[in-house]
Amino acid sequence: MVEFALPKNSRITTGKTWPKPEGATNVRKFQIYRWNPDDGKNPSVDTYFLDMDKCGPMILDALIKIKNEIDPTLTFRRSCREGICGSCAMNIDGINTLACIYGLDEVKGDVKIYPLPHMPVVKDLIPDLTHFYAQHASIMPWLETKTNRPAKEWKQSIEDRKKLDGLYECVMCASCSTSCPSYWWNGDKYLGPAALLHAYRWIIDSRDEATGERLDDLEDPFKLYRCHTIMNCAKTCPKGLNPAKAISEIKKMLVERHV
Amino acid sequence: MRFLTDRKRAEGRGSAHAGTEHHWYMQVSAVGLAFIVPAFIYMFGSLLGAPHEQVIASLSRPFPAILSALVLVFGLAHFRKGAQMMIEDYTRKSTKKVLIILVITMTYGLTAAGLFALAKIAL
Repeated sequence: MVEFALPKNSRITTGKTWPKPEGATNVRKFQIYRWNPDDGKNPSVDTYFLDMDKCGPMILDALIKIKNEIDPTLTFRRSCREGICGSCAMNIDGINTLACIYGLDEVKGDVKIYPLPHMPVVKDLIPDLTHFYAQHASIMPWLETKTNRPAKEWKQSIEDRKKLDGLYECVMCASCSTSCPSYWWNGDKYLGPAALLHAYRWIIDSRDEATGERLDDLEDPFKLYRCHTIMNCAKTCPKGLNPAKAISEIKKMLVERHV
Repeated sequence: MRFLTDRKRAEGRGSAHAGTEHHWYMQVSAVGLAFIVPAFIYMFGSLLGAPHEQVIASLSRPFPAILSALVLVFGLAHFRKGAQMMIEDYTRKSTKKVLIILVITMTYGLTAAGLFALAKIAL
């Protein structure tokens, strides 16, 4: 349900300001959301300063430098450092994106980093994506077939394979779903752009034989039709995908079944 | 505390197998209203400030009367379904049900009152 104010225990306070690096001339200010479930305090925004002459070009480089050299308690997820694993999704300068492929030069002024919006926080920049992953699992993200398995592989034409482009590249970083107001207000029932993009990826797969069942499962006022084509998902996707288009294609397929 | 698995929470009560007709109706009525609402505004606007007899005479002609009726019926039906969706977005439980019932009764009431007034003028 829509909420216009943060709960009392989620209101953000001013946190610690860490000292500036000595002798540095090219200093940049970072304001980073901090919350520790163990200390019972409200979340805060800590301020860090980095010598940019000794820092890599990406936001993740700065975060790793802060963790290694200033504050080892700063907590965030990261793995591949090249936009493939989707681990380091966070809200940077007001945009949900991957810290590893978002350049420091893309941010004007101070760098403000928060966890993905409207999700429960595990610690600092780590959101709890349990429900998000369960929703993904609920759309059956695998090939469903009824025909006996062929001797070799399930064949697919080049044209049919091309239909999966722009869909299979999704790395499940949750940037899109957590940028969607419909997902904020009704995330318990609305599947969100990421799960629906994956659903469409399997609906449109020429080898999949559960198209009807997949469409049946999605035909729901909340699971699918909470999408109001706000397009935040397409705007924010760090991989340049368009979940809103995939959702509208699902809606078109459902209309074609009726009309 | 409920010991539900993550998958059970995500699945909820399953699919309602509904929503497509609502979606299709909104699409079609939006296109239709995009044509008839500007025509109605032009017709209604040209009558603003006109003498009472001229307004009655104009709304008694078939085209303005039918146009007004179409805007009343389809405009308010579109509003009803749109408002229902908005209420579903932002409210929960009893508040949601009460507001949806209010919107439905209000739009049906407005449509009936509007058509009655139009019939009195036109017939």
